[in-house]
Order: sequence, then structure tokens, then C-alpha cells
Amino acid sequence: MQSYLYFPGCTLRTMAKDFDASAKASARALGFELKDMEGWLCCGAVFSNVNDNLMVKAGPNRILSRAQNEGNTLTTLCAGCYNVLKRTTFHAAHTPESQQAINTFNEETFNGGVEVLHFLEVLRDRVGFDAVEKAVRTPLKGLPVGAYYGCLLLRPPGEMKLDDPNRPSVMEDLFTRLGCTPIDYPARTQCCGSYLSVSSPEHSEPLARDIMRSARNSGARLLAVSCPLCKYNLETSHDGAAATTGDEEYLPIVYFTQLLGLALGLDPQQLQLDAHQMQRIREAQAPGVL
Amino acid sequence: MLTRCKGFAKHKRQECCEMSTTPTKRVGVFVCHCGLNIAGTVNVNEVVERAKKQKGVVFAVDHKYLCSEPGQALVKDSIKQQHLDAVVIAACSPAMHETTFKNVVHSAGLNRYNCEIANIREQGSWVHDDHEKATAKSHIAVRQAIEKVKLNEALQPITVPVTRRVLVIGGGIAGIRAALDVANAGYEVYLVEKSGTIGGRMAQLSETFPTLDCSTCILGPLMVEAYRHPNIKLFRLSKVEEVKGYIGNFKVTVRQEPPYVDVAKCNACGECAKVCPAEVPNEFDMGLTWRKAIYTPFAQAVPPAYVLDSKNCLGLLPQACGECKKACDKFGTSCINLDAWPQVHEFEVGAIIAATGYELYDATKLTEYGYGTHPDIMTSLEFERMLSASGPTSGEIRCPSDGHTPKEIVFIQCAGQREPETGLPYCSKICCMYTARHAMMFHHKVPDGQAYVFYMDIRAGGKGYEEFVKRCQEEKGLLYLRGRVAKVFEENGKLTVKGVDTLSGKTVEINADIVVLAVGMIPSSGSHELASKLKASLDVYGFFAEAHPKLRPLESPTAGIYIAGAGHAPKDIPDTVAQASGAASKALDLLSSPTLEREPTVAKVTGELCSGCGICIPICPYTALGLSPTTKVAEVSAALCEGCGTCIASCPSGALSLRNLTDEQILAMVEAIVAS
Repeated sequence: MQSYLYFPGCTLRTMAKDFDASAKASARALGFELKDMEGWLCCGAVFSNVNDNLMVKAGPNRILSRAQNEGNTLTTLCAGCYNVLKRTTFHAAHTPESQQAINTFNEETFNGGVEVLHFLEVLRDRVGFDAVEKAVRTPLKGLPVGAYYGCLLLRPPGEMKLDDPNRPSVMEDLFTRLGCTPIDYPARTQCCGSYLSVSSPEHSEPLARDIMRSARNSGARLLAVSCPLCKYNLETSHDGAAATTGDEEYLPIVYFTQLLGLALGLDPQQLQLDAHQMQRIREAQAPGVL
Repeated sequence: MLTRCKGFAKHKRQECCEMSTTPTKRVGVFVCHCGLNIAGTVNVNEVVERAKKQKGVVFAVDHKYLCSEPGQALVKDSIKQQHLDAVVIAACSPAMHETTFKNVVHSAGLNRYNCEIANIREQGSWVHDDHEKATAKSHIAVRQAIEKVKLNEALQPITVPVTRRVLVIGGGIAGIRAALDVANAGYEVYLVEKSGTIGGRMAQLSETFPTLDCSTCILGPLMVEAYRHPNIKLFRLSKVEEVKGYIGNFKVTVRQEPPYVDVAKCNACGECAKVCPAEVPNEFDMGLTWRKAIYTPFAQAVPPAYVLDSKNCLGLLPQACGECKKACDKFGTSCINLDAWPQVHEFEVGAIIAATGYELYDATKLTEYGYGTHPDIMTSLEFERMLSASGPTSGEIRCPSDGHTPKEIVFIQCAGQREPETGLPYCSKICCMYTARHAMMFHHKVPDGQAYVFYMDIRAGGKGYEEFVKRCQEEKGLLYLRGRVAKVFEENGKLTVKGVDTLSGKTVEINADIVVLAVGMIPSSGSHELASKLKASLDVYGFFAEAHPKLRPLESPTAGIYIAGAGHAPKDIPDTVAQASGAASKALDLLSSPTLEREPTVAKVTGELCSGCGICIPICPYTALGLSPTTKVAEVSAALCEGCGTCIASCPSGALSLRNLTDEQILAMVEAIVAS
């Protein structure tokens, strides 16, 4: 079985175990394996734009220098980890002087020789959506799902190069192959508020609520994400809104890998989808399909 | 004129110059302070003192401004008093003042090629901070120039005849103006235009800023004048296929597609277009309307005749339809001939003016603004057509989606411009002005409407421009918002513009009926291909490069090629017209004399060494080399050679050399540079 070297990251081993489990199960169903890299550590969670404090870049460089001993690609799931690690490879190749200092400090050499992939890229560019479509066992016919990208997956576009930052289509393309009816809505690339949800939720919640509103108004009945932080912000914004406005209507939020797993015919329990989520997915779909 | 080699008999003197071994050349070195430009970083006195110690140097002196009248007099007088044979000027780049100092040397009675420039400003003081190192480097620059000038031959300029005709490429306002200026001065002009009519972009505009003149009203008479001018031969539907030769003597090949309509007979009755079954988007209306395959580009087009667009015709070879010809024979003047063939014209000209104009940046690349996803998101040129009385709505402003009159309109300036990472890094210069005009025209046509203009900053440099923008800004119903738009999207059937007003520090959301994007200007798509045919260089964005950004803005670095209009850089109509007249006067300057002098620093062949292998012949970019039919060795056409040296590097037997840049000289210069 072909295997891809995989960086899980802290959140996928704590709050987002469902993301990790559903991706691994789906990968196996598609005929490849996500193999945990040896000695992974925290990616730093945010890529620092500060150029004169190299200490904050030591962590991700250490991960990548270890990864390059095991292979030339490193696959990620969490959009945050993907952003940090991909940008680190970019800067390693483009700022040789500071890279030299980081390498000296780390006593491990990394010069950009690892290609950081998002799981979506593996599906699109390595496995191919055609092969994914062929492997679909229970198509999610007509499921009106809104893909939510946020920012970390796509920006800065010159470094991430995953898709068009304003009009991305990779998730919609995947969902179409799974049988869904992806919903295009304006806020799908808008910022969810990021870590402001921790320090000043009064600023982040309106942003997240706006995303939910935009998706709902365009006809989405379900949101699919690739970032645990986005998921957290969107979910808590609803809780906040429900508390203040009594709004009971909310959109369930799942990871794109969970939808992939369902379409591949995997057991919801294996994908860590609970009964409530499954009920909402069934409700969103034409009755009797699942 | 020979170098004065004292003590040699006359025939020996000749030989000594030919052999480039003048041991007795008396060299003078002149070091310029250039105010503090050089002297601020380079120790000029030290450069002078060290120059004095060089072998052959009999005189060295500094001056505050060598290019000034007293500075030039110093050089001239010193040559006479010190009996100098050669001069080294240590100053700015030779691109700046080489000609100045060569003229000085010449006026002092020396051959002008006994002057060399050591560039200690652009390659010295300006690019270094370390005074000591800059001084040492300047000394080395002087030293190698001394070694070179000692071995320079006295050369005479090459005289070539001038073909007193001009080719103008592009029939927009720049090309028309340049052609008229040359033609009015009494010289013949070939005006080559790729489309079916002259007029260019200016013909598409409704009004012009800041006077709100009707664009076609001021352009139309010039188009007619150019078309009827006895000295102008217009080739429309034409493309320059090949350009050979050099300044004063270009050989040009132009391929002209047939119009399939006899211009002399056509009375523009339009019967042919009525029956034509092929419909295509009308490029004159930026695709907002349709035209037939046989059409007239616009009402004022010259020549005033229909033209058949063979690409969109259902078929000419073999003929598929022929309805237009039948209609013309029956109701019109029998002016259609579907059996016409492209023609190839060959002619000679002395100068070429490239006036290739601009296109708009592809707005679909600006995905944040959603162009292409909704018909009511338009480019400024599309909106311009809508404002025009000859446009798709006869000048009424309507939403392209459903035809209703817009009440809220958003103009986004700098769309995809001044964005080095995702769009064009430069400013297109005219957008602040036309957007102000668009907003004002909108308000005049829809008095109860509201216009919003998002801007970064207003650039209104130009006569009457600032006043015009101020007038627009103060107009009621017009709101200028300083900030950028993040996103334009459709929600619930309405366009929403999300941006920021940086003056109030608030985000703004506007429901707009129409969004107009002021996208930037880029060079015409054919200009790259044309530039390679002209051997003219382009800048990093693909615009024609000028010989010097300040002092030679009308000329390409390739001699005999002049540039005018937006093909050179984004510019407005007054600047375009001024540059076109300037380029025309440069061309006229060239034509004013029946001959012209060219630099004699060209390649030469040592016949005894050449085996006639011919390697150099295809390598020469200027087709200056060939094999002599009699001696079977390579020979250089001095008039064609640009002295680039490519052939010299390619010659396996060392038979080729460059006059005044021989291997011997290069080695002497290298030795001078590396000697400690």
C-alpha cells in the first residue's frame, strides 16, 4: 500500500480526533496510507511574519528537517499546520541567510527540500479526483454542502499556491465527485476570526456569524471545513448567537474528510460522526438516500 | 585624420596607426567632480595623482563640472597646450556624455576616437559608500581606459545614404499624429494599421478629460486628413512581416489582408451586412453588441466602406455562403469581390515610428472583483462605450444584465494596479481622470443616482486635471471613498461591494447596480512580436523601451526606431500627441540630410586568417556578414554592423575583430585592471 508521510499536529490528537480518524480511514479506502512522521512536534500554530525573531521559526524547521529524513513530501490535514509548514519551506528556499542561522541553532539542516502537501492536494494531484469518484460507494446525492475555506489554506497565494484565493474550487470539485451539490456563497473565503475567538470573541463572533448567514442564505444546509480552528469559531459563534438572539437554526459543520468517508461507504462511527450529525446530514439530503 | 605620431615618416605613421602600436601617444586624463556626485565619495585628487604616474600619461587634472563650458574649454586647451594625442575622461556614464567629449576632442583637432570615458559615477561613486574602495575602483577604471585609448585607431565615421520615407506602425491617435507631421513636412509616410480602420482606442471614447470634448469629434477630422493626405499611404488590415536593414535604410515587408470590398465603389449602404448570417461580438463596443462578419467598424471609420472579416466569415475558400455579394450585386454597387488575396508590399524607409498602443489588463484575473461572473461588473472601457452616443445604449446608462437604469454605481480605481504581487506593479496614469469623468457623466445622466469611487490616492498631474477632479468630487451625489475594495460578490441577486473607508476607519458594504473596474493598461498583444522584428528592446512589462528615460524618451535604443503613445508607457491623449509629434520631428531630423554618419567601431575581417567557414554569417543579428564572392572569405558590411561583437566570439580562427576593441586592447585593459 502506498504511504504518504503525515504530520498530524496537536489539535488532530486532541480536539479534532474526528478529522484525523476520518482522513486515515478514507485514505485506506482509497488504497493508500497516512503514516505518522517520527518525532513530530508543535508547528507553532501561526507562521510568524516577524523577520528578525528567528526563534519562532525554529520549531517548524525542526519538523521539516526531520521529515526530510523520511521522504520528500509531508502531508497535512489541519489548514493551520499546512500554512505554517508550507510557508516555512518557501522561506527556507527564499531567505538563505536567515535559514543558515536557523539551521545552526537547530543543529539540523533544512533547506526547503520537502514538499508540503495538503490532503486535498494529495486527492486532487496524486490520487486524482477520477479515482476518488470511482471509489465512491454511497454517493451523497444532492447534499447541499457549502465548502468553507477560510484564509490559511489559500493565503498568501504566492506561497500557498493551492488554489485561487478568491475563487477557489478544489473542495467543490471534490464534493461534486462525491455526488453532493456544492453551494457557492460569497463568504466562503472570508476570515473566521482566527485566534481572536480566544482573546476578544466580541470581534471574531460577528465575522463567523456572517459566514454562517451567508452560507445559509445561499442554500447550504451543511458546512465542510479543513481547519479545526475555523470549525471551533463557527460553532461557538452559533452558541453565542443562540444565547443572545434565541436563534435555534444552525448549520452543522463537518470536516471534508468525513463527507469523503461517508461517500466511500465507511461506517459513520469510524469517521467519528455522532448520531446528531448524521441526523442533520440525512435531513439535508433527499430522504431515503443514506 | 591620423593620430599625430611624431618622428615617424608619413607612410610609417599610417602603419603605426593601422598596427595599433603607438608607443608615443601622449595621454591626458581629466577627472570630473560632478559637484559632489563623484567628489562626495571618490577622492578626486588621489585619482588625478595616481593617473599622473601611469605610463604614457603626460597630463592629469580635475574639474568641478567637466561638461560645463569652462570644463570643455579646459579639455580643449589642454589638448593643444600639452600636445596630447589621446584623452581619458573620468566622469559619468558614456551613455550620458561620450558624444559631448568626443566633440570636444574633435574640435581640438584630434581624431574623436582618441577619447575614452572611464565611468566613475554610475559604476563608482553612486553605487558605493566606502570612500577608499570607491577611489581605488575609480583609479582602476581610469587605468584601463588609459590602456585602451593608447591602442585606439583613428577612425572616420561611415557615411550611408538615407531613404527619405517613414513607416508608422499603428493607426491610433499617436500614429495618425506622427504620420501627419511627417507628411506635412513633405515626406512620404507608410501608415500600417492592423484593423479595418484607423482611429484606435481614442475612437472608442465618448468624451475626453478635462474639457469633456467629444472624442470622435476631435479625432474624426484627423482620421480623414490622414486618409486623404497625398503623402500618406495607408495600409489597413496589415501587419509588418519583416524588417531588414538599419537606420536610414530599412527594408520593410508588409502583409495586407484583403477587405473584399472595393473602397472606391462602396457607398456603405449596408445591404451586405443585413443578409450576413455570421454574428460575432463587436470589439469596438468591447463585446457589448454584436456585429456581422461584413461590417463597418464604426460610423466615422475611414475609409468609409464595409470590410469583410475573413476569420469570422462562414467560408471563403471554398466559398460557403456568398449572401453579401448577392445582396451587393442586387441592391448595392457590386463592390464585393470574394476572390481577393492577401497582398505583400515591400518598400524602403529611413525611419520607423512604433505607435502600437495599449490593451486592457485581463479583468478576469482579478478574481476578488468577480469580473466575468456577473454582467453588471464591467471594465472602464465597457462603461465608456455605454456612455458613448454611438455605443450599445446610445449613451444611456443601463445595467447589462436586465436593462434597468442603475441607481447605485461603484467605481473601483487601481483595479489590479499598483499591486506587485497579484497584478500590475505600475500606475496606468489615466484612471483617476477618466473615473472622475465617468462618475460625473453618470451623475449627469442619472441625476437621482449615487456614485461611489474607491481610490487609493488621486493622481491628477496635468494641465487642468486637479481642478477637474476637484469639480467632480464636489458634485452632489458623488462620494469618494479612500480605501480598497476587498470583494465584489453577488448575494440574493444583488451585487455587493465590500471595502474599507480608511479615512473613517470603517468597513463599507454597498449594494451596487453596476461595478466599474478601472483596470490597467498593458502593451498591445502584437508588440512583443513587432519588437523582435524591429530589434527594438522592450521594458520589463513589454512596453517599448526608450534610449534614455530622461534625455531620449522618443527613441528606441535601436537607431532609427522611434516610439510614440501608450505602446511606450501608459499615457493620456495630450502626452501621446506630444510624444507622437516629438517622434515625428526626430524622424524628420534624420531625413533632413541625404546621408548619415554611423559609428565606425564595427567588425573587421583579417582575410589571411579567415577560412571562409561561414559560422559568423547566421550568428550576426544584423545580417551584416557574408562571404565575398571573389575571395571566398567573410566580409563585413560596415553600414549594417552594429559592433555587437557576436561574430568575433564565434570565429574559430580569430579572423574577426572589433575596431577599437581588439583582443589586444581587451587584454591590455584586463592587465591594467588586475595589476596591483
